[in-house]
Amino acid sequence: MNGRTEDCPRRHWESAAARKEREDLESILQIKHLTHTYGVGTPFQRSAVEDMSFDVYSGEFLGIIGHTGSGKSTLIQHLNGLLKPTSGQILLNGKDIWAEPKKIRDVRFQVGLVFQYPEYQLFEETVYKDIAFGPANMGKTGEELDHCVREAAKLVGIRDDQLFKSPFELSGGQKRRVALAGVIAMEPQVLILDEPTAGLDPAGRENLLANIRDYHRNKQRTIVLVSHSMDEIAQNVDRILVLKSAHVLMSGTPREVFARADELISAGLDVPQVTRIAMRLKEKGLPIDPAVYTVQALEQELLAARKGGAPC
Amino acid sequence: MESETTMATMIQTENLKYAYPTMEGEAQIFALQDVDLEIEQGSFVVVLGHNGSGKSTLAKTFNGVLLPAGGKVYVEGMDTADEHLLLGIRQRVGMVFQNPDNQIVANVVEEDIAFAPENLGVPSAEIRRRVDNALAAVGMSEFVRHAPHLLSGGQKQRIAIAGVIAMEPACIVLDEATAMLDPIGRQEVLSTIHRLNREKGMTVVLITHHMNEAEDADRVVVMDNGKVAMDGTPRQVFTRIEALRNTGLTVPDTVDLLDRLRKDGLDVPLDALTVEECADAIVHAVAVK
Repeated sequence: MNGRTEDCPRRHWESAAARKEREDLESILQIKHLTHTYGVGTPFQRSAVEDMSFDVYSGEFLGIIGHTGSGKSTLIQHLNGLLKPTSGQILLNGKDIWAEPKKIRDVRFQVGLVFQYPEYQLFEETVYKDIAFGPANMGKTGEELDHCVREAAKLVGIRDDQLFKSPFELSGGQKRRVALAGVIAMEPQVLILDEPTAGLDPAGRENLLANIRDYHRNKQRTIVLVSHSMDEIAQNVDRILVLKSAHVLMSGTPREVFARADELISAGLDVPQVTRIAMRLKEKGLPIDPAVYTVQALEQELLAARKGGAPC
Repeated sequence: MESETTMATMIQTENLKYAYPTMEGEAQIFALQDVDLEIEQGSFVVVLGHNGSGKSTLAKTFNGVLLPAGGKVYVEGMDTADEHLLLGIRQRVGMVFQNPDNQIVANVVEEDIAFAPENLGVPSAEIRRRVDNALAAVGMSEFVRHAPHLLSGGQKQRIAIAGVIAMEPACIVLDEATAMLDPIGRQEVLSTIHRLNREKGMTVVLITHHMNEAEDADRVVVMDNGKVAMDGTPRQVFTRIEALRNTGLTVPDTVDLLDRLRKDGLDVPLDALTVEECADAIVHAVAVK
């Protein structure tokens, strides 16, 4: 256990590098000079990912954000071997995932990828069977399989009485939970979620994110959340990786990243609404830290400013 | 009031009910219950609601994709239940759905956009003009000869919107059409439809659950449980904090912040909806203090 203290805003204040040093986080995934080029030799030749290098640390909650076409989807499909690098390497626990191409299936069990709109991939007769599909393919049977399925269902908030329903009788948000449980049931070391809340309403978004946060806290497993909602990323992750036209533009805690809000905006990215209010207040001369990104934090900044004291 | 639909009304619903087909023996659940709405020509109306509130069902009744199980829907006075009028109705009200992959038909962008006007028998020089204008309106002119399947999701959705614009309908209904777009793509689509509304007087009905897309609307309708729960200007609707939360929607961060500051004793208005208004109101209140 790495001393992570949930809900403590302090942790966002230190730089990722400082955190890494203090907690001595190990890299679980290492991306080294990754390049992926589509349509080589055709007029449409284009590198979606170009010489990208970064690490994903064990147990962290990493957010990846980028404009459409920045390379997010191409990148994450490399992390479990769905795409093969044009050049460069992906190391999982220090080992090149393509060292033995025949064992790539094992990598897919260890790095679970939940696609966008995963509910379209449900196919079994019952919720239970759908969740069991992955772990059964890993060779789990009997009580062990049953345990995996029930635990995964519980983690994402599926009730026991829903397990034997057809997944197609459930609402959109519930279907998505079933699809998520199907990946969690394989107990991957790294769980990658591509836009998990797209198309959900605000209450549905918050519920699903709460499930994901619980999973992260209870299981201490690494999570990579891909999103284009800055608000969603800001409220949930330890560290943000910002992608821009096939490269890593910046990486750091939400605070570090939002302190460079101007650069984010010029990269075509959104910044949280609260950050934009704070930036404007700062412009107008109020002593406000423009890198705040929650309503509560900005309220505190303003109360401190009103008292005439320096922001705490 | 049971008045005749006037020229100023684009879409009118009367006691509109809709129930999706159910399995034998199951009770019918009404997705829409007695909805009375009048959408004025040239207005920009945002329909909000959580998943399952009936907002998409409502949108689909606006051009006869779904027909009422009870009550009526009129488009410029034309009854959507009258099969003979359906073609005319669909030329007046264009619809853009959530997933662009489901509504792109051709292998080249310009052919896709020309599809509807071709089917309407528009002369070819006019089609050329409409295709170019529609592509310019969604900021995709440079992609005129690209293959849609090689575009990103956001770009595809803008092509789908251009396809509707090329039909030059009087009203465009967007059913969560921005849900799959990133912030920039969403902003481009929003400014496009705002411009169409402003410059061409096109009526816009935008179904969404992104509250901030409603900031600049003329009117916000909140659906809950198949009924109209709230109806008013953005300022009127978004300052009803409790009512919004009760329907499963969130309050905009600006209003949330202002509400907290008021409770902290700061003299700020609650209805400064946009980032600029909100910041200015706070600066003003702090300066007065």
